[in-house]
Amino acid sequence: MNELGLWAIPIAVLGGAIRVSTPFLFVSLGEVLTERSGRINLGLEGTLVIGAMVGYAVAYLSGSPWLGVLAAAAAGSAFGLIHGLICSLPRVNDIAIGIAMMILGTGLAFYFGKPFVQPVAPDLPSIPLGWWSSIPQVEAALNVNVLFLIGAAAAFALWWMFKTTRIGLVIRVVGDSTDAARAMGLRPAVVRTLATMAGGAFAGVGGAYLSLFYPGSWNEGISSGQGLMAVALVIFARWNPVACFGAALLFGGAGALGPSLQSVGISQGYHLFFTAPYVLTLGVLIATSSTTRAMTGAPGELSITK
Amino acid sequence: MPMKPLSRRGFLHGSAAAVGAASLGSLPFQAQADGHGLTVGFIYVGPKDDFGYNQAHAEGAAAVAMMDGVTVVEEENVAETVDVQNSMESMINFDGASLLFPTSFGYFDPHILEVAPNHPDVRFQHAAGLWSADMHPMNVGSYFGYIGMGQYLNGITAGHATTSKKLGFVAAIPIPQVLLNINSFLLGARQVDPEITCQVIFTGSWSNAVREAEATNALADAGCDVITCHVDGPKVVIETAAGRGSYVCGYHADQTSLAPDLYLTGAEWNWANVYTGMVQTALDGGTIPNFVRGGLTDEFIKMSPLGPAVSDASRAQFEATKAEIMAGGFAAIRGPLMSNTGTQILGAGEALVETDIALESMDYLVEGVIGSTS
Amino acid sequence: MTDQSVSQGSLASARVALLAPVARRAEAVVLPIAALLAGFLVFSLFLLIQGKSPTDFFYLVYRAGFGTAFSWQNTLSRTAPLLFAALCVALPARLGLVVIGGEGAIVLGGVATGALGAAMLGSSGIVALPLMALAGAVVGAAWIGAVGAMRYFRGVNETIASLLMAYIAISIMNHLVEGPLRDPSNPNKPSTLSLTDELRIGDIPGWDVHWGLAAGLICCVLTWVLIERTTWGFAARITGGNIRAAQVQGLPVGWLILGFTALGGAFAGLAGFFEVTAVHGSANSSLAAGFGYTGILIAFLARHNALAIIPVAILLAGFEASSGLIQRRMDLPDATMLVLQGFVFIAILLSDTFYGRFKAFAPERWSTSP
Repeated sequence: MNELGLWAIPIAVLGGAIRVSTPFLFVSLGEVLTERSGRINLGLEGTLVIGAMVGYAVAYLSGSPWLGVLAAAAAGSAFGLIHGLICSLPRVNDIAIGIAMMILGTGLAFYFGKPFVQPVAPDLPSIPLGWWSSIPQVEAALNVNVLFLIGAAAAFALWWMFKTTRIGLVIRVVGDSTDAARAMGLRPAVVRTLATMAGGAFAGVGGAYLSLFYPGSWNEGISSGQGLMAVALVIFARWNPVACFGAALLFGGAGALGPSLQSVGISQGYHLFFTAPYVLTLGVLIATSSTTRAMTGAPGELSITK
Repeated sequence: MPMKPLSRRGFLHGSAAAVGAASLGSLPFQAQADGHGLTVGFIYVGPKDDFGYNQAHAEGAAAVAMMDGVTVVEEENVAETVDVQNSMESMINFDGASLLFPTSFGYFDPHILEVAPNHPDVRFQHAAGLWSADMHPMNVGSYFGYIGMGQYLNGITAGHATTSKKLGFVAAIPIPQVLLNINSFLLGARQVDPEITCQVIFTGSWSNAVREAEATNALADAGCDVITCHVDGPKVVIETAAGRGSYVCGYHADQTSLAPDLYLTGAEWNWANVYTGMVQTALDGGTIPNFVRGGLTDEFIKMSPLGPAVSDASRAQFEATKAEIMAGGFAAIRGPLMSNTGTQILGAGEALVETDIALESMDYLVEGVIGSTS
Repeated sequence: MTDQSVSQGSLASARVALLAPVARRAEAVVLPIAALLAGFLVFSLFLLIQGKSPTDFFYLVYRAGFGTAFSWQNTLSRTAPLLFAALCVALPARLGLVVIGGEGAIVLGGVATGALGAAMLGSSGIVALPLMALAGAVVGAAWIGAVGAMRYFRGVNETIASLLMAYIAISIMNHLVEGPLRDPSNPNKPSTLSLTDELRIGDIPGWDVHWGLAAGLICCVLTWVLIERTTWGFAARITGGNIRAAQVQGLPVGWLILGFTALGGAFAGLAGFFEVTAVHGSANSSLAAGFGYTGILIAFLARHNALAIIPVAILLAGFEASSGLIQRRMDLPDATMLVLQGFVFIAILLSDTFYGRFKAFAPERWSTSP
């Protein structure tokens, strides 16, 4: 142990929270947008992976990581569009379509991603927000990627949008009652498809963060269920974008717990530490779900809470 | 084994070739239809361009493919289940492969042992397995290299490069090969300075990018300024460690291009040499020995070129030790040696030389390694 | 004139009486097959765009999956775990629950089997094997049953919960086989103690396929009987149609959810039992081979009908069996099969929207024709 002693753990968890949380944040924001319109997209795991692949490939071929992020967003919204259109048909189960899109997204990403496993693409830049500290661990922990800041800003922007803007109102009405939306002259299927597209774009950017910043490499093991955990996280965050930001940080921190405990010499049963994010998600779901229909904040038309 | 009314090998091999020759001129069946030459099959557990374990084997396969009269068939991402049994059967039945390299450790027991007895005229060459004459079929062979020696040499360059006297090791799971690598890395560094320690973090998986990155960051946070690893694809560890400004030592394959300034050296497999040698033996009608091991001298392993950050003193000690190893009979694990839980492993004067088979069942971390084996 | 039209009318109604039941059932067969073909068609276009030949592809699938006796054995040897995994999805699905974490029950069922087997190494197979199968099934049942319990008592979404549980199960397995259950004599691949031949399941005589296939087929038939021919199955089908209506009618919805998820989990646990006793000979990390995920697709393709699972599982096993040959002959990546599965899965779900749209399948609407 160096001079930090056990303080190393919270610092590492903080750093981990910032590093690991961004994909959770983007996927959960995308899912909030989709679910607020009354639909669930479980396929965001697949969208995340395709975003990671497309982002990496485009960044490598063009030399610009930001072009990669844009391409990832485009690919994500294309997947959202497919999901949205299919789910607009009568009697199609949105949960099952999500699983199918997850398989297709992962399959296409692995299929086309083969030639990009080896090349090295340029990384996204980060901002050294820890410049004031003389402790290298703190400095490293606060070396924050621009996408994290964009994600944080987006969380507040979405919150504001749902609360005060007309678009936000339209999405909320459609999500709460198809009939009410129709009575207002809205077209629920169109609104939901657009919301799913926008949600897909968010998830795609989350994927680009994985491949272009942290861990910063494209391979087939790049996602270990972040896309799905993010969906669970939305329920925990009660469909509130700002709460998603907090929840994402919490889950990122949980993911950093396993390695940082080992770094201070606690390594017995390390497999169990690695389950922390999954156990935490499950615990939170059990604690916050409810058998009665009135889940605070839940969109009325959402199939999972019906 | 119950009786098999259909001899699959005899029946299918014939029929596949016959159908292939008769009606499939335009279909991709030419490989075995021309009827001569040696077909060699390679099976990988992960992607073959992972900058690591699988890439090292695939580079060997690529060298074999360049040989005259040899056709190479490959499959990647084959799971250690009935999948690999079927891949082997398929390569034998459909491609006429008569020499197979299923390269993942987990392919050996039970999968190769299940398939090999059905195909006595096919040779199964397995990396890292412990073939023994009284337990295993004669058409199975195992081979491996003393790559721990490479980690020992990595350790020497690391010992010179570190200023914090703390090294970091990202490891997959605590099995003997991994433990030997960790111990060798630290003992190499302690040749430079006996005060050096090495922190190990296990990721619990041979391939998990986010955990490898988190583990690397945790090591950097703990003050480790030279980091190496033993996971299937070291790309993430090397890039992340270099991103934190740590020096890195490579593993499995050459990762110089991932961190040109901070890469000290690396312990690499030299499968191209091993595989072309074995295939040549098969082409010449010779017999490949069932149990093969080799080190630096036999060119089973090699070191990456030393990077620009390696000092002259470091280079000198590296070259001197490498020459000692090349001379044969070298022991990285030598007494007096304590484990990190305080038990004595070797007394003064005792040593386990690189060829000692006891090293392949190592179950301890030596004193100075921070971490535990379970 | 009048006589003639009457006789024509009676002839027509006789034809209706004969054809109506056929037509009603035909919809459930014709639509999935059409969807499957549509999925193949889209995949063929996908290959064509890249200049790869779909005919080569399907021919190779046929050769490697079904074309020779070897191919059939290859295919059937993969089928057993898929049957069990698909049942684990199909049973809860009849109640309207989408459980996708069967992988967790397979893995832990395998660990339970391996652990009990290691404890009973000296005993005879007749005693130990049924107990090991029971252990695998009970652990699997508890694991997926817990998903059902969370759903029923706390309203936790079963899709997400089951998947999280699968990740947790894999970590528990790794912890156990590397820690408390580890065989010290096999250090390189952390596993439970190797089972003796006495505690292994062998092949069906004359085949290179283990008994798990026969067991899986029997379980599919029994499940079909349970769902289609018993009161429990009837109650489940009503619950699946409308859970609130079922509650209003006083059906034991809670018990149904617990029972069906647990039974599905028991089947997945049996898949783990057969993987350990017939394939691996010990429990280790190779148990997490993705059968649980392929099972999802199979169950949906079979429309959660336990009998239909059999041909669908064989078909998908054949596709997976041909994956290697496709890789080697067509130079396509191993993910090709995943792409194909994705297209087929979407096509099948899309076909849901066409049920009841075609008059040919709806005899009650035949008379309304002009």
